[in-house]
Amino acid sequence: MAVAQPETRTMTIAEALREAIREEMRRDERVFCLGEDIGIPGGFGGAFTVTLGLAEEFGHQRILDTPISEAGIAGAAVGAALAGMRPVADVQYADFLFCAMDQLVNQAAKMRYMSGGKVAVPLVMRAPSGATTRAAQHGQSPESYFIHVPGLKVACPSTAYDAKGLLKTAIRDDNPVLFFEHKLLYGSKGMRAEKGALSPVGEVPLDDYTIPFGKGAIRREGTDVTIVAKLLMVYKALSAAEALAEEGISCEVLDPRTLVPFDTELVVESVRKTERLVIVDECPRTGGWAGEVAAEIQEQAFGHLDAPIKRVTAPDTPVPFAPVMEKYYVPDEQDIAQAVREVLRWR
Amino acid sequence: MPLSTEQLLHLYRQMVRIRRFEEKVNQLFLEGVMPGTLHLYIGQEACAVGVCEALQQTDWITSTHRPHGHAIAKGVSMDSLMAELFGKTTGCCGGYGGSMHVGDPAVGSLTAIAIVGGNTPVASGMALGFKLQKTGQVVCCFMGDGAVNEGAFHEGVNMAAIWDLPVVFICENNKYGASTPVEQVVKLEKLADRAHGYGIPGVTVDGMDVLAVHEAIAPAVERARSGGGPTFVECETYRFIGHSRSDTRGYRSREEEAEWKARDPIARLAAQLKESEQATDEALTAIAAAVEEELEQAVAFARESPARAPEDCLRHVFTEEGAH
Repeated sequence: MAVAQPETRTMTIAEALREAIREEMRRDERVFCLGEDIGIPGGFGGAFTVTLGLAEEFGHQRILDTPISEAGIAGAAVGAALAGMRPVADVQYADFLFCAMDQLVNQAAKMRYMSGGKVAVPLVMRAPSGATTRAAQHGQSPESYFIHVPGLKVACPSTAYDAKGLLKTAIRDDNPVLFFEHKLLYGSKGMRAEKGALSPVGEVPLDDYTIPFGKGAIRREGTDVTIVAKLLMVYKALSAAEALAEEGISCEVLDPRTLVPFDTELVVESVRKTERLVIVDECPRTGGWAGEVAAEIQEQAFGHLDAPIKRVTAPDTPVPFAPVMEKYYVPDEQDIAQAVREVLRWR
Repeated sequence: MPLSTEQLLHLYRQMVRIRRFEEKVNQLFLEGVMPGTLHLYIGQEACAVGVCEALQQTDWITSTHRPHGHAIAKGVSMDSLMAELFGKTTGCCGGYGGSMHVGDPAVGSLTAIAIVGGNTPVASGMALGFKLQKTGQVVCCFMGDGAVNEGAFHEGVNMAAIWDLPVVFICENNKYGASTPVEQVVKLEKLADRAHGYGIPGVTVDGMDVLAVHEAIAPAVERARSGGGPTFVECETYRFIGHSRSDTRGYRSREEEAEWKARDPIARLAAQLKESEQATDEALTAIAAAVEEELEQAVAFARESPARAPEDCLRHVFTEEGAH
């Protein structure tokens, strides 16, 4: 019997995110967006065009432009969530989350716990991450800070399909979700296009679907080394794997899709097969996500490992400006390939 | 419209309930039977009671690190409050919150936020949620004088102002942020003058007079409810005890304390009630006796309630059913 294929459209991540928001706002009156420059007529539709055109459909009460007040945005999202709404808030750059740290860490993450489970905070905070020649205060990858906060979920979509499915899951989740989007993956067009962007496009179903949190994806199957990477680094890892294949090295590339909850099982399964693990992360090295994954895997799969786990991360410096320095700072295909070759030296 | 005798007696009873609750928990704490720390509300009772009297059951309050009085005034049961302070399963936060986070959403008392100024944008956000849903509910955001110097206060009040949100900001100016005198950290004579910077009304009232507080809050609540936007109400008050458990009050004089204690809001209302012949000494004594009974029962309830299992600390980080 022929199975009807769902209708799809080729979309960028920015378009896929917009579709997710549009569908959820149509589906549920409680969903609304708040952020800076998200619905101003003649404006940008948010820093990276994700909310472009939504104010025309939903009005300015549900696509709510805020003052430049990140703590206020996060706090208002917490309050609105407590009052029964499902806010989708955003900051223009993930770096600005630090302005809202108290609201995210002390309020959003802890209200449920402090109340003994009596209240819930179903909010989404979207944040554009990653180095893009904007230097130290507009180029950080602050995901690692938030995996350290019990009570927050952290999502990191790297494809258009995942962007829509994960954002819909985030909006329907009863818990606060930090939703990191990489600036070089959006595929924003026009004046908001990013120089040097990868802007992957993908087939995205036009109907309703969600992607469960805590389920990673195998982006490339392989047998010699497991590479775990998120956001932009997924693509760098895939390029490295492609190049290494020509040397006869078979890499398996995993994309966790969410950092909290984290699909440890997928990595353990893969490492059982490959016996080697490289973790690639644009966050600075010390205290970062890559180190956390390494610790978890050595605790759970030490017996399967044939080599020390290797981290490929940004160095412990602020994000530099000069393109030549930024290129050095952000892990690239060569860094990843080098790490893979190193773990393969342990035979 | 003047309050009825019944309402006045209710205000009196509520203030006595808060006062005696605080004295009792202080005693239990000093006896070493109650864990944690305490920020007592003794002296400030007129603020919480005057405000909550102007609210409906479905309205909400947000509170601070000094939240017991607010919670009692909004209707959180003394049993569940006392049990929370003992960290018991029957506490209003199930033992997960403790003194600084008490509240009960069932009566519109949000789990208290103990970060100074941290509740301001949250209160505005709740009010935004109610406005978007057109529920007609109002949020009253309690804060201390210290909150007006926090960035979150600025962002939260400004948002409430530009969007005409149904929220009332109640600043209990008790003259000290821990040990620091307010005049050392604010250039203004009246904290209510901050309101002008946001384009909203700001008023200062005698926070030792429950009737004055109620009289100032009631129109602010109605203004908020009818879409008129927020009001900032400064209640000038005084905590009769220290900031927290270790405070010996070396930063203020006993003379100053005596002056404020002479303005005790409970004694003041008692005198008014007797002078207007709306209550006799016997009636007020009967109220006090009933409160004692309620209090003793709350202590017994709390002490006899089951303790938490240690590993219960692992629950309630996320909603247990997860995504849906």
